[in-house]
Amino acid sequence: MTVHVQPRAAPVEDPVSREVRTESGQREVFCGLTGIVWLHRKIQDAFFLVVGSRTCAHLIQSAAGVMIFAEPRFGTAIMEEKDLAGLTDANDELDRIVTQLLTRRPDIKLLFLVGSCPSEVIKLDLSRAALRLSQRFSPGVRILNYSGSGIETTFTQGEDACLASLAPELPAAQDETSSLLVVGSLADVVEDQFMRMFDALGIGPVQFFPPRRSTALPSVGPNTKILMAQPFLPDTVRALQERGAKRLAAPFPLGVEGTTGWLRAAADAFGIDAAQFDKVTEPNRARAERALSVYKTQLADRRIFFFPDSQLEIPLARFLARELSMKLVEVGTPYLHREHLAEELKLLPAGVALTEGQDVDLQLDRCRLARPDIAVCGLGLANPLEAEGITTKWSIELVFTPIQGYEQAADLAELFARPLVRRAKLVA
Amino acid sequence: MQLTVWTYEGPPHVGAMRVATGMEGLHYVLHAPQGDTYADLLFTMIERRNKRPPVTYTTFAARDLGRDTAELFMTAARDAYARFQPQAMIVGASCTGSLIQDDPGGLAKSLGFPIPVIAIDLPAYQRKENWGAAETFYQLVRALAGPNAPPPGTKRPERAAGVRPSCNLLGPTALGFRHRDDITEITGLLGKLGIDVNVVAPMGSTPADIARLGDADFNVVMYPEIAGQAASWLHRIFHQPFTKTVPIGVSATRDFIREVAELAGVDPAAVLQDASSRLPWYSHSVDSTYLTNKRVFIFGDATHAIAAARIASEELGFKVVGLGSYSREFGRELREAAKRYDVEPLITDDYLEVEAKVAELHPELVLGTQMERHIAKRLGVPCAVISAPVHVQDFPARYAPQMGFEGANVIFDTWVHPLMMGLEEHLLTMFKDDFEFKDGAMPSHLGTGHAAPVAEAVAEPAASVATPAAPDVASATGAAAAAAAAAVWAPEAEKELQKIPFFVRGKARRNTERFANENGVATITVETLYDAKAHFAR
Ligand code: SF4
Ligand code: SF4
Repeated sequence: MTVHVQPRAAPVEDPVSREVRTESGQREVFCGLTGIVWLHRKIQDAFFLVVGSRTCAHLIQSAAGVMIFAEPRFGTAIMEEKDLAGLTDANDELDRIVTQLLTRRPDIKLLFLVGSCPSEVIKLDLSRAALRLSQRFSPGVRILNYSGSGIETTFTQGEDACLASLAPELPAAQDETSSLLVVGSLADVVEDQFMRMFDALGIGPVQFFPPRRSTALPSVGPNTKILMAQPFLPDTVRALQERGAKRLAAPFPLGVEGTTGWLRAAADAFGIDAAQFDKVTEPNRARAERALSVYKTQLADRRIFFFPDSQLEIPLARFLARELSMKLVEVGTPYLHREHLAEELKLLPAGVALTEGQDVDLQLDRCRLARPDIAVCGLGLANPLEAEGITTKWSIELVFTPIQGYEQAADLAELFARPLVRRAKLVA
Repeated sequence: MQLTVWTYEGPPHVGAMRVATGMEGLHYVLHAPQGDTYADLLFTMIERRNKRPPVTYTTFAARDLGRDTAELFMTAARDAYARFQPQAMIVGASCTGSLIQDDPGGLAKSLGFPIPVIAIDLPAYQRKENWGAAETFYQLVRALAGPNAPPPGTKRPERAAGVRPSCNLLGPTALGFRHRDDITEITGLLGKLGIDVNVVAPMGSTPADIARLGDADFNVVMYPEIAGQAASWLHRIFHQPFTKTVPIGVSATRDFIREVAELAGVDPAAVLQDASSRLPWYSHSVDSTYLTNKRVFIFGDATHAIAAARIASEELGFKVVGLGSYSREFGRELREAAKRYDVEPLITDDYLEVEAKVAELHPELVLGTQMERHIAKRLGVPCAVISAPVHVQDFPARYAPQMGFEGANVIFDTWVHPLMMGLEEHLLTMFKDDFEFKDGAMPSHLGTGHAAPVAEAVAEPAASVATPAAPDVASATGAAAAAAAAAVWAPEAEKELQKIPFFVRGKARRNTERFANENGVATITVETLYDAKAHFAR
């Protein structure tokens, strides 16, 4: 058993070559199906049909806050013994299920057939199924497919796969003027705030992907500039780049610094001058910094350990270290896209122990040995760590809560402060 | 393929996890992709356990397929053995793991661990969680107790004089509905009868404990869905008889006492006389009159649903209008029970079918699972939970068994409270003209600040049935909603409706509209309102 606790010295200059420990072994992460839980709330007329097993159905209902929503826009076509016997059967069965579903739910405009491990292992061709069914149900319903399987994707990668499948459907941008496309699900409230910001800066037109309704897909073309709102979307961005769009290099809009860098990337691309940029952003920055100062006293010098989960770990670690003076013990990420995270890696303090992938038992050993003040981890690990006296923050909450932008910077800090405040309060 | 929105049971390997997690000293190595590790949260978040389940997942990925998933399995098993040093190990595959056909059992055997390694083969595309738990427990019992079996043909030796009779409690697992507290309750009850508990399994036992199951005189099958198969095997091999009565409810607890007393050769008279529950008296008390013939719909696992029907009907004076279960394996028992209450049994694992049935039956109380809690909420019907699948709130901090006499007390409280809605109906009838019962007058325990929101909350269910926002509700409600739109309320009838206390007004409105529809009445008058009232009066 190898135990590494010493942060390794790493050169900061070249983020692309920053040293990263790559670990493989037992992982403790959700699969990409989980993305459905927030995507179905974002794209309000879409339905997600997982083609999978009882395990897949059980996973999404457990991940969906254990059945909070009485009326989800997702379901599972559970494969049975007889479906595994012959593929023709499985296709007929799928057609039957989709027909049943669309009859029952005439409100569905966009249907995703979501592949799972079992459907992939038996090589059920969902792209052909989607094509076939699209022909039958168009123009009323658009039917697409993507994989959220645990053998292909972890947690947030499901959103990437979903959006990448939607990218070819986007209409071509008609006019010659530049437009901005913000890529990655954001809470509606955050979108609205950013929209006001872009307006004030004079940046536009601005579109968001995914849209709130599938009937209002953003357009894309050679004059589209992409601003990534989430770090876990390489396939989506590649698909948009294939349509001619250009990605703007930027940090992610977490914290004051991240949000400023993110907005500035857009401002620079649209030729907004520095004075105008400062005039517009200054009041928000000042307000956010004021709000953050309360949490800085609570969080400064606290040691934090990230288990890999959402791929948000690196931007979060950057924010906590630079704006709240927290100490980074280990920053795990399930996958590290060096190019998209280049701006983040530049800002990350030197010598941070970065881990890509996971061997959960070894990582737990390191965490126990390091005894951080707080550990960020998935739902399966949180209570056991708490029972061992290690305060935790559920990483899934960071995906479901609005945390981006100036107005949410303090809320984001509060998510980390609250568990610590709580532990300090409890005497029994 | 089967279309599901929610599932009542997880896959069979989750059943195996429930067995392993309830035990000590057992480790489960599961061939599964990374996403299947979600199952940990069932135990750590829903059941709020303070330890990770004793499960190592291989978490293979696409790049491993066609390469060395078998090697991956062996490495995981080797590491798990070295790290956890279990007394015994079970190995198996999840639904995806089983498709890649690596034979976990054979691979693990080849590693030559000096402990029993038991292969659990669960047909993931045919079976579900409870079956998986039962099969796992059965395989464990066979493998671990089997070597201590008496030679075939030998009789059980007589218990020596002066030695107290003993039994095993079989069936409780991790994530079970109140299993933890049921064990305490039944152990106490048996203690009063002078019967010792030899082993409780799987919950709380080690592999070594399972090996000595044969030492007991008989077995108590607490949860037949999980322990039935193991108990029959123990009966065959060790000649241990087992109990048939599940002690949920006062009458069933009494029957159970007589049954175990008979098996143990002890006299139950003192315990029967002495032990009692408050349920019978509370049910007889004048205050409970309003419970008479309350129409109740029951759905859950077979054991809890059948027990609930008996309590509802015989001990609380409700009328059972629907009885169903997702435990297909217990279809026969469920059908027999349904006959006793003269209802159509509903045996299904399709949540949408259950929802349609509840909508059609218009019960006044639903006793169900976490799923029925949603159904009931949407339809504006009170609900209490009687069975898994469960939610974190079904693992209460307090002692809250379902079995035995204390269990009956708990059941009285949890089933009756949702019906009370803050004010008893008989008081309401007496004081219905009192100014305090006008709109927005809240029960005093809620305080004035709550007036507005509560009134809204009461109005909401009636509305939500009719809104198109509820397209999941199958055609039954769809038709009702359409009818609601069809009949028009005359102004004076609307005014009369307002005189009905707000918290039964929603129901009155629904019933009247349904009546109007069924009788082809286009305009609802005051007459229609009272005709409907007379029609639905029971
Ligand atoms: S990991 Fe695979 S089998 Fe498991 S829930 Fe996810 S898609 Fe389904
Ligand atoms: S019926 Fe069962 S318990 Fe009774 S003697 Fe035969 S084997 Fe033993």
